[in-house]
Amino acid sequence: MTTCVDFENRPLMPLLLRCLALVCLLATNAALAQLTIEIVGGGATAIPIAIVPFRGQEGYPLSLTSVIGADLERSGRLRLIDPGGVNPRPARPEEVRFGDWTSRGADAVVVGSVGPQADGRVEVRFALLDVIKQTQLAGFTYAVLPTQLRATAHRIADVIYEKLTGDVGVFSTRIAYIAKQGSRFQLDVADADGFNPQTVVTSNEPLLSPVWSPDGTRIAYVSLENKKPVIYVQSLATGGRQVIANFRGSNSAPAWSPDSSKLAVTLSKDGGSQLYVINADGSGVQRLTNSAGIDTEANFAPDGRSILFTSDRGGSPQIYRLTLASGAIERMTYEGTYNVSPRHLPDGKGFVFVRRDGGVFNIALEDFATRQVQVLTQGTLDESPSVAPNGKLVLYASNTGGRGILAAVSSDGRVKQRLTAAAIDVREPAWGPLAK
Amino acid sequence: MNKSLFAALLALCVVACQSTPPKEEGAPVEDRTPSTGTAGATTSGTTSGGVAGTATRGGNPLKDPGSVLSKRIVYFDFDSYVVKDEYKPLIEAHARYLQANRGTRMTVQGNADERGSREYNIALGQRRADAVKKMMMLYGAGEVQIETVSFGKEKPRVEGHDEGAWAQNRRDEIIYVGID
Repeated sequence: MTTCVDFENRPLMPLLLRCLALVCLLATNAALAQLTIEIVGGGATAIPIAIVPFRGQEGYPLSLTSVIGADLERSGRLRLIDPGGVNPRPARPEEVRFGDWTSRGADAVVVGSVGPQADGRVEVRFALLDVIKQTQLAGFTYAVLPTQLRATAHRIADVIYEKLTGDVGVFSTRIAYIAKQGSRFQLDVADADGFNPQTVVTSNEPLLSPVWSPDGTRIAYVSLENKKPVIYVQSLATGGRQVIANFRGSNSAPAWSPDSSKLAVTLSKDGGSQLYVINADGSGVQRLTNSAGIDTEANFAPDGRSILFTSDRGGSPQIYRLTLASGAIERMTYEGTYNVSPRHLPDGKGFVFVRRDGGVFNIALEDFATRQVQVLTQGTLDESPSVAPNGKLVLYASNTGGRGILAAVSSDGRVKQRLTAAAIDVREPAWGPLAK
Repeated sequence: MNKSLFAALLALCVVACQSTPPKEEGAPVEDRTPSTGTAGATTSGTTSGGVAGTATRGGNPLKDPGSVLSKRIVYFDFDSYVVKDEYKPLIEAHARYLQANRGTRMTVQGNADERGSREYNIALGQRRADAVKKMMMLYGAGEVQIETVSFGKEKPRVEGHDEGAWAQNRRDEIIYVGID
């Protein structure tokens, strides 16, 4: 039976594999040799940044600057410069001697401090400085509970990332994924760096296809606990869940509309697997497609006006676009005989998907304007892509040694990272929305 | 208990070794007999000698390992939902049984091998289940008697990452509601 459990503490270890030395190390192990082709450097364009350990942070269980540095480095857009040897360590903007940092090749430097407040909260101050222009780019002071230090570190990383790259940071977001331990399945939610995993639902039968509501309050998923695929929506705040679609036959592939009011789903109740749209409370089901073949894996465009989906109407599974107002359907993929699982980029300018080529499955990206396809990954069974809310990273399910792992690739294909959990099969990642 | 493993055991073992899964089915298997008149069903339903044998010992033909009705799995080729000729006698036998027992309900569970998208595999498994249902209806089963569902690649019968395992996982399983 299915039960709802909170606070399952089992750290999901983030493992960033980007340095050449490590690549060589892995190459000596035959079972892991395939990893070498998966690992690509962060690129010469990464911005060099020095993060000076915050004054006073030794007094706290969490090293804020370690968390900030790991976040920024994982993005592939920034490169950490060792701040060692600078004495005394600056903690305030006025204490920074820019010459110390130009000589180390840093374009930016971060300084800060951590200390107790009279009310029991912790004061965290930080400043981001442009070493080249010798100006301050950002500076904030936070008063937080000791339990919020990690979240504060992610927020600081978001500010730094935004100031230096011009893109929105996603270090404060959360991810969901399905973990399989023995014969037990669980839907877990964790911070974007894999920390603080919490179990939303567990089941002895498979769980699949988790998707966040765009407002971040609920997750829709498919459970086989009733010996058939049934779609549920579960509130993250209360843990309460509701059956959204349990019609005769199979009910699967939920996809939220951008306003979180509706879901596109795949139902077989009228024969075949066809697309329908249903209100988020399970009412008002309406048929969207009418084909003799398979129509499934709907994904709403960010503007809500069209849906990408997978269909075999042309003889092999390919990606199509349905314009909701007109009902017009257009084929989007032509290369290869297996293109599935489309997910829009948040800017609506393209989509990622899974393509099979020569028996291997990889994540690819297609641009709507040019129709050009770029293959982003080099695994053998890569699937379930989920795009970060800033569009810069794609989280996906991969495989190593027969075990499911999560991996991420930058949407330009250059930076890759892996998220693994000991002795647990992890799959079907879903990146949550930006925190409000 | 693993359902597919149970189905595999069922196909192989003799009546005496039957064990129902310890899940929610509280009623013993034999409780089905009064509602459908098993003996009459078997004589009119199939031509299999095994079925007749079951009837004489008063058992359920669905549980008789000598009966074609004890065979509950239909295998498919890669990326295909075409029912192969070798399974037509099996499907016909089940269809005739349903035809003779209009109160009996069945679920056909479609499955796929581990390759490819989970959701597309749900749809592919659904198609495999629908293919068997369609054939059963041609042989006389009623539409309302058969619900088709799909587990996609989520419930493999055999763990493994080669064609040997995949071939056994691309399948439909026939489950009699309230009996299996």
